[in-house]
Amino acid sequence: MSHAVSESLSDTLLDARDVEVTYPSRGFRTPPFRALKGVSLDIKPGETVGLVGESGSGKTTLGRAILGLAPVSSGSIRYGDRELVGLDRAARRGLAHEIQVVFQDPYTSLNPAMLVADVLSEPLVAQGVAKSEAADRVEMLLGQVGLPADAGRRLPREFSGGQRQRIAIARALALEPRLIVCDEPVSALDLSTQARVLDLFIEIQDRTGVAYLFVSHDLSVVRHISHRVAVMYHGEIVEYGDCEQVTGDPRHPYTKKLLMAAPVPDPEMQRQRRVERQRLALL
Amino acid sequence: MSIPAPEHNPQLLAAAIAPREGVLKKILRDPFGSGGIVVIVVIVLLSVFAKLLAPFDPAYVDIQATNMPPFTDGHPLGTDASGRDVLSRLLVAGQLTLIGAAVTVVISLVIGVVTGLVAGYFAGPFDHAASWTADMLMVLPSKIVLVALFAVIGPNTVVTMAVLGVMVSPGIFRLVRSLVIGVKNELYVDAARVAGLSSRAIIGRHILYTVRAPIIIQAAFIAGIAVLIQAGLEFIGLGDPSTPTWGGMLQEAFLAMYKAPWLILWPGLMIGLFVSAFILLGNAVRDAMEDSAKVKVPKKDRLRTSTMAVTVQPGRRAANTPAIASGSALLVVDSLVVGYPLPDGELKRVVDGVSLSVNEGEVLGLVGESGSGKTQTAFAILGLLPEEAQIAGGALFFRGEDLIGMPEKARVKLRGKSIAYIPQEPMSNLDPAFRVGFQLVEPMRAQLGLSKSEATKQALELLARVGIPDPKRTFDAYPHQISGGMAQRVLIAGAISCNPDLLIADEPTTALDVTVQAEILDILRGLQKERNMAMVLVTHNFGVVADLCDTVAVMQLGRIVEQNSTAALFAAPVHPYTKMLLDSTLEGTPARAPLRRAESPVRVITTEDDRPREEALNVSRSV
Amino acid sequence: MVAFIIRRVLTGLLLIVAISFVSFVLIYSTGGDIARHILGPEADNAQVAAKSAQLGLDQPLLSQYFLWFTNMLGGDFGRSWFTAEPVTAAITSRLSVTLSVVIVSLVLVTILSVVLGVVAAVRRGWVDRLVQILSVVGVALPNFWVAVVLVLMFAIAIPLFPATGFVQPQDSVGGWLLSIALPVTAITIGGIAGTAQLIRGSVIDVLRQDYVRTLRSRGVPSRSIIYRHVLRNAAPPALIVLSLQFIGMIGGAVVIEKIFAIPGLGLLALNATLRGDIPIVMAVVMTMAAIVVTVNLIIDLVNGWVSPKVRVQ
Repeated sequence: MSHAVSESLSDTLLDARDVEVTYPSRGFRTPPFRALKGVSLDIKPGETVGLVGESGSGKTTLGRAILGLAPVSSGSIRYGDRELVGLDRAARRGLAHEIQVVFQDPYTSLNPAMLVADVLSEPLVAQGVAKSEAADRVEMLLGQVGLPADAGRRLPREFSGGQRQRIAIARALALEPRLIVCDEPVSALDLSTQARVLDLFIEIQDRTGVAYLFVSHDLSVVRHISHRVAVMYHGEIVEYGDCEQVTGDPRHPYTKKLLMAAPVPDPEMQRQRRVERQRLALL
Repeated sequence: MSIPAPEHNPQLLAAAIAPREGVLKKILRDPFGSGGIVVIVVIVLLSVFAKLLAPFDPAYVDIQATNMPPFTDGHPLGTDASGRDVLSRLLVAGQLTLIGAAVTVVISLVIGVVTGLVAGYFAGPFDHAASWTADMLMVLPSKIVLVALFAVIGPNTVVTMAVLGVMVSPGIFRLVRSLVIGVKNELYVDAARVAGLSSRAIIGRHILYTVRAPIIIQAAFIAGIAVLIQAGLEFIGLGDPSTPTWGGMLQEAFLAMYKAPWLILWPGLMIGLFVSAFILLGNAVRDAMEDSAKVKVPKKDRLRTSTMAVTVQPGRRAANTPAIASGSALLVVDSLVVGYPLPDGELKRVVDGVSLSVNEGEVLGLVGESGSGKTQTAFAILGLLPEEAQIAGGALFFRGEDLIGMPEKARVKLRGKSIAYIPQEPMSNLDPAFRVGFQLVEPMRAQLGLSKSEATKQALELLARVGIPDPKRTFDAYPHQISGGMAQRVLIAGAISCNPDLLIADEPTTALDVTVQAEILDILRGLQKERNMAMVLVTHNFGVVADLCDTVAVMQLGRIVEQNSTAALFAAPVHPYTKMLLDSTLEGTPARAPLRRAESPVRVITTEDDRPREEALNVSRSV
Repeated sequence: MVAFIIRRVLTGLLLIVAISFVSFVLIYSTGGDIARHILGPEADNAQVAAKSAQLGLDQPLLSQYFLWFTNMLGGDFGRSWFTAEPVTAAITSRLSVTLSVVIVSLVLVTILSVVLGVVAAVRRGWVDRLVQILSVVGVALPNFWVAVVLVLMFAIAIPLFPATGFVQPQDSVGGWLLSIALPVTAITIGGIAGTAQLIRGSVIDVLRQDYVRTLRSRGVPSRSIIYRHVLRNAAPPALIVLSLQFIGMIGGAVVIEKIFAIPGLGLLALNATLRGDIPIVMAVVMTMAAIVVTVNLIIDLVNGWVSPKVRVQ
């Protein structure tokens, strides 16, 4: 039954077209909330697509829609030759070894009561891997993300934020997925930790060829890790293109505004950027 | 009990048990917890073996020996009005009480946990119906229903207590439902779903674990309530007259109150002991759970900064007061040490000898990563350290005045008027119960002695100054009606409302979107210039420092490792930690190059994975 | 706000209808041969059948319910099966007795537990320890036991108060106060035990909120922070626990009224139950349910006033 996807198709790993997500209204008079207003985005195998935007722009919702955690009201999300929209829970479970996730908050994304080894073996065991096999894999996974092998016998709370995020990355890698949705995975981390975790993401990608949808509010983070960048604003993608172009020479006024708003760690450059931003704002 | 265990995975079951052992140990170490357990076990054993232990048949009537006082021959606790042995009756009475309490607890748990889990996890119409029924049951006064049902049921303790179980099950239902809704939205549950776990596995593994401790606590309280209500019913004559019961004995004692008042003591004592054992056990479980959740999470702040806790090391101040001599500095922090007492009596120093000074109109950036002590330093300057924090050394001077030795009253006078504060989280720093305007007017009236109308006028001007488009509307709004960016503007307006000389801003833009951050920084810069305010800006963002600060102090592990003018520090950082931090910033680094085709490793996508899973993993591992 | 009130009132009415149906079905359908029970074993079958027909018990349960329900809407709960006294009159004459005891207790519980809870949270020290001890001992000791001890001490050993009986306030205010002193004390001790600790906890929670620190940073005096900001934010959980206390007190009236021979609703219900006088039992259940629903409605409205978020939802 298994058939390889033809060369032309394998150019695209995931293809989202006109995705709409609408949350029903909570009150009598408030209208339903349209979190995504027809978003289209494609991801190639082994590629990082950065998704940048401010809070409420819908960037997290798009990630959750791909993961099957947000209700898609219309549009299509194709993964390979499979349609993800409308899959029931049982069918969705079969995708666990294709698409995985790393969440923002390393404190709430790991069950505080489970040993790290069980956090990591949970997806394997759920997919029917034998326990002894899973235990071996856990050790290997810990090594891959730079944690000692005995980390498995400890609880998540014994680790720092950066280490917890490494555990979360290891969990995502456990099933050898081809796409990982990373939802602000470094936003809760300290500056130096953030840089190291980003390097880990890149290293893993170089080694395994996994693709990332990398959601972040921070343009500099997205610039560092992405091959292509999409900018979201009010539930729509306003700009999508190569990283250098979008983050260096943006076309859309909103992207420009975003770029100019981030302060640079250099007093003189920041003064110039500030003047430029204030000039833009007056236009 | 009814709670289904996650049997289908013994490995994970073991994981769930492991941390609980710690909790159990904590409960046993808590004198109230172990005491409660001992009392319950003793009463259960006494009741179970009551027939063997009792010196008399509890129903044996000795008409010659009625109302005998305690310690009479052969009757350690005396006899009742019919001449029956009190001790024997007391022991046997425990049986029915235990059965009754167990029935109530089991019934309420079965109903409450099952419906609560289903309603919480799957929501929908079942949730509506169940919630509504729970509301209805909660409205009914349970005692009166049981009294009414006596007309139907008669003196049948088991049925009565089962009905009570139904009546109290809404408490469990609501608890479980709200816990489940909370856990359901946790990211780790989402992660489990993405990892391909079924709903059943998620409930068994992740959700039941979280909800079971609160359920145990609630069950202990319900057991206590059941004992009380059962005794109450027996006391008013609705008990089972064929067997002795604690409530029934109280009723008889009540009737013999004038002749033998001591008779009310024993059953009351038993009930009191038994119920308090359950309450103490419940409290101990709760405390143990809270303790284990608290590990490594910093304690939340409390209102009172205990002045008792301030132990200033004498002599320290006199020895080293360079900035005061110069006289120009507005704020001088000299060798400040802030610590938190550890259980072993040691002091954990979070600020460890910090010295800095801020001149009039100067903006100082206090930079560091989490745990560097920068926020604690800021709170020490404000005098708003958490209650358990101690200033264990050093000195603080504002305009040459000693802040630490200053009486609290004088310190309050400085707040807002001389030293003001802008917090990090905009939403949690506005009182949700009061309108924005009130929260601005109140301090101005207290600190500046303004009239209400004058304060209102100034507040509206301030709101306009911080860039709020419709000041009147924001003034009249409640905090939940405005956005985070607006809330931060309101907090800035509040901080400058009493014209402070020094503004302490603790990560004032961290919680905001970058475009809003830029606007807030503009406002702060503008206000600082026009009022010539000094500022201490606590931040982790070197971009913010570059934008706003004249001087910078870099903190690491409670100490300042480098301090310089902003231009000099960025141009030539000296300390390796500063260099490392600056190297870590991504701003200005080159973008990642586009993905080249050759770079993309080709892996075959198989839509139907018909290889055995292990083989698939072996293959993919070699990639 | 108006929509909020209307919604709450409608929900309350619906609750009362549902409660009436459930209790009616429960009590009437499982009571066995009621007419036989009333007439006793001497009556012959014809007499029993006649009695059944007279009371409408030969009708299907649903039509019995509809008849009873429509009568109830007109304020008519029928007549006692044993004394033929109109039930509505029996209820109204006893309602005020029960309410006077319960409301005085509730007011005392509210005032004392707010004071104790706030002082325990803010000052800590001995008040805190007292509240902690009371929260275990006061809950664990049944209030009827406390009542009996009070009678032993302050009515028998030191005869300050009457041991039993009730004086209507319109007859003598002083006598009324003396007659309710012991029952109110017994109820209040248990009530404070359950409430003060919870108020202490919610005050401590509020004191730890960020906005309290921010208010202090602006120089708002401690007095204003505690009495204005903290109390208001700590109120919603306290109100909920007070409403649960009230429900408990209304139900607990049975026991307390029995001890002190207070002719209130509880004692009426107890005696009716022991006799099998179902119309009275039903009427008492409905009256208490109506009181509790009303109180819950008031609590909801107060909550809406206290916390603006609730009002908006």
